[in-house]
Amino acid sequence: MGPLWLLALIAGLSLFGFAIGRWKSVALAREGRQPMAARPAHYGSFVLVWTAIPAVIVLILLSIGRPYIADHAVRAHLPDNVLADETNLSLAIANVEQVANGLKTVTPDEMQNIKIGVVTARSVFAKHGVPLAGDVEPYQLAAAISLNAIRATLSDITDVTVSLVTALCLVFAFIRIKPRLRARTAVERVILVLLILASSVAVLTTIGIVLSMLFQALHFFSMVSPANFFLGTVWDPRFAAAGSQESGQFGFLPLAWGTLFISFFAMLVAVPVGLFSAIYMSEYASSRVRSVAKPLLEILAGIPTIVYGFFALTTVGPAIRDYVAVPFGLGTSGNNVITAGLVMGIMLIPYVSSLSDDIITAVPRALRDGSLGLGATRSETVKQVVLPAALPGIVGAILLAASRAIGETMIVVLAAGVAANMSLNPFTEMTTITVKIVNQLTGDLEFTSPQTLVAFALGITLFVATLALNVLALTIVRKYREQYE
Amino acid sequence: MSSSPAPFQTIRTPDASPRPTKIHADGVKVIYGTKQALHGVSIDIGEKSVTAFIGPSGCGKSTFLRCINRMNDTIVGARVEGKITLDGEDIYNTDLDVVELRARVGMVFQKPNPFPKSIFDNVAYGPRIHGLAKSKADLEEIVVTSLQKASLYNEVKDRLQEPGTGLSGGQQQRLCIARAIAVSPEVILMDEPCSALDPIATAKVEELIDELRTNYTIVIVTHSMQQAARVSQRTAFFHLGHLVEEGPTDHIFTNPLEQRTQDYITGRFG
Ligand SMILES: Nc1ncnc2c1ncn2[C@@H]1O[C@H](COP(=O)(O)OP(=O)(O)OP(=O)(O)O)[C@@H](O)[C@H]1O
Ligand SMILES: [Mg+2]
Repeated sequence: MGPLWLLALIAGLSLFGFAIGRWKSVALAREGRQPMAARPAHYGSFVLVWTAIPAVIVLILLSIGRPYIADHAVRAHLPDNVLADETNLSLAIANVEQVANGLKTVTPDEMQNIKIGVVTARSVFAKHGVPLAGDVEPYQLAAAISLNAIRATLSDITDVTVSLVTALCLVFAFIRIKPRLRARTAVERVILVLLILASSVAVLTTIGIVLSMLFQALHFFSMVSPANFFLGTVWDPRFAAAGSQESGQFGFLPLAWGTLFISFFAMLVAVPVGLFSAIYMSEYASSRVRSVAKPLLEILAGIPTIVYGFFALTTVGPAIRDYVAVPFGLGTSGNNVITAGLVMGIMLIPYVSSLSDDIITAVPRALRDGSLGLGATRSETVKQVVLPAALPGIVGAILLAASRAIGETMIVVLAAGVAANMSLNPFTEMTTITVKIVNQLTGDLEFTSPQTLVAFALGITLFVATLALNVLALTIVRKYREQYE
Repeated sequence: MSSSPAPFQTIRTPDASPRPTKIHADGVKVIYGTKQALHGVSIDIGEKSVTAFIGPSGCGKSTFLRCINRMNDTIVGARVEGKITLDGEDIYNTDLDVVELRARVGMVFQKPNPFPKSIFDNVAYGPRIHGLAKSKADLEEIVVTSLQKASLYNEVKDRLQEPGTGLSGGQQQRLCIARAIAVSPEVILMDEPCSALDPIATAKVEELIDELRTNYTIVIVTHSMQQAARVSQRTAFFHLGHLVEEGPTDHIFTNPLEQRTQDYITGRFG
């Protein structure tokens, strides 16, 4: 049986357990010797949970363990010279794997022929549609045979164990059903564990991502010194020709500066406009205006960033160049920081406004009434009561927008270009960390040269920076928050 | 409307020596969307006295109270008809500044609604907005006296910087009273100010009301007949959106002219 069949078996038995658990508790209740501690459905769920969960855990453990055992069996048959060749070991194991797959297709007669060497395994396999790269070595054949045998045994063991565990647990849980059994709390506890598991998925994924980046980043820092990276003012990675040891300059500062500069302009547009429109929508607009304007604003959030990129490239960029930059002698390029900031800011408006609007609307009416009742004007009420009460949420909205700004790539490429510059003039071309990450990782690459590994160093730096930003904002919010009930 | 064709007649008993009128309401109707909550209420509220509004739940006491400082303006779909004057001036006149009106007519709400700010800032809110304090010391002075008047000061004097939302329900209610009197309005509207208070705090608030009466006009909504009898000079009985009877408090409580008033104050319905 495959794992799918086992899962089906577990599911079937669990459902059966639910039915009989429920039935037993109903029967017990009818006997009426003792009051039941929970409702019938809880007893049913109790049996279900106790049948399904241990079996699934056993199945998962066995499935994780099986490849290791199989791998071990294969290695036992590999000659020493193959084992010693570290770099090609995985290839050798993969070859055995293929032979093992081929063996599954041959008839016993053919098998006999192969064993005594009348025909080559390769030709037989080819007849059955399993192409091999080379001839089969005797050791490969032996390893493949034992691999198949071990696999079959392991599969049988899994089947038997899981079926046994399922059945035993079912019986065990069924026997445990007594009037005094607190099935309700027991089931609740299992649900709690499920919830915790679900939340740990997110946390563990984050940790996993960080670790994988960290590993590569450390590799990078073993080739380029951190001082050169963090303090370098020139970004010129120079894709080195294969074999040459020449490496470019990996100055992080121009990218960091470009990112900050562009994000700054984006936030300069997005925060006031977004916040003001949120205040208008939630405090002043009539419900009719609101019902039309709010969805319209939110459409902005649905536009793909590449479309904003077009807009920047074909309209905003040239306009800024022709009407501002060139007349004032500030720059000559249609690609510039201002364009990117402006367009990105427009893209971010709905992020700020929509969330802030919801948060402002959630501030209780009673607070507004209290302020208005004291003779405060609408805007005094908004400034002094509503906004402070909504502050944590608003900061959250702004942070979300800020991380979008820092992470945005498409608009930057089209609006600000890909040249890493470090300048105070916002009418020059600049670029951001994420753009360079994409740059370094596009194409056919191996993760061995500093030119590609630098992407991971950039990534983890970006990660740490955004994290720090979040922590900072959280502390600020915690300090100044005005919490309402 | 499906109400009786004959206009509803409020039974009125004048004071022996009537006070000058502070607030005058004439045929006030309030419609929430399609639901009419007040069906033409007319009443004169005397200056520097306490008027109590009583009546069963949902009869429109709060609604009428909110008309007096135009808090109904903030409710979407609420419509107010009729006329209310404060010192002879029509408060629903389009020229009138609502903000100024509300500074003159303060309100303590039925549910305590302290701002999520410190206790000090809660009370200082009004004075700051209206620029009532010349200096920091001045402001502190106002805050402390207001808290004292609301008989809350002793309980919170060591934690003026802590959030007002962290107080108990009764303390929050007194904080809201302190907040309202800190702007020294001419009229104070109190919507069940003692509903969350224990007998001791209630007695203190009643004492405060009695004290305030010398300078302020007070309208109080209450569900406690005893409280109405204790603190007010005049009492108005509302029922189903009508002002059924109004007159001197002792008269209403000893000798009501309407059967419904009688039934209500003797607890036969509610
Ligand atoms: N915001 C509103 N929207 C719609 N209807 C309302 C609103 N406020 C009050 N009402 C209705 O108006 C009527 C009068 O309400 P009001 O709050 O004035 O009663 P009340 O006399 O203060 O009652 P209570 O003693 O329970 O506070 C009620 O029927 C109520 O349902
Ligand atoms: Mg009320």
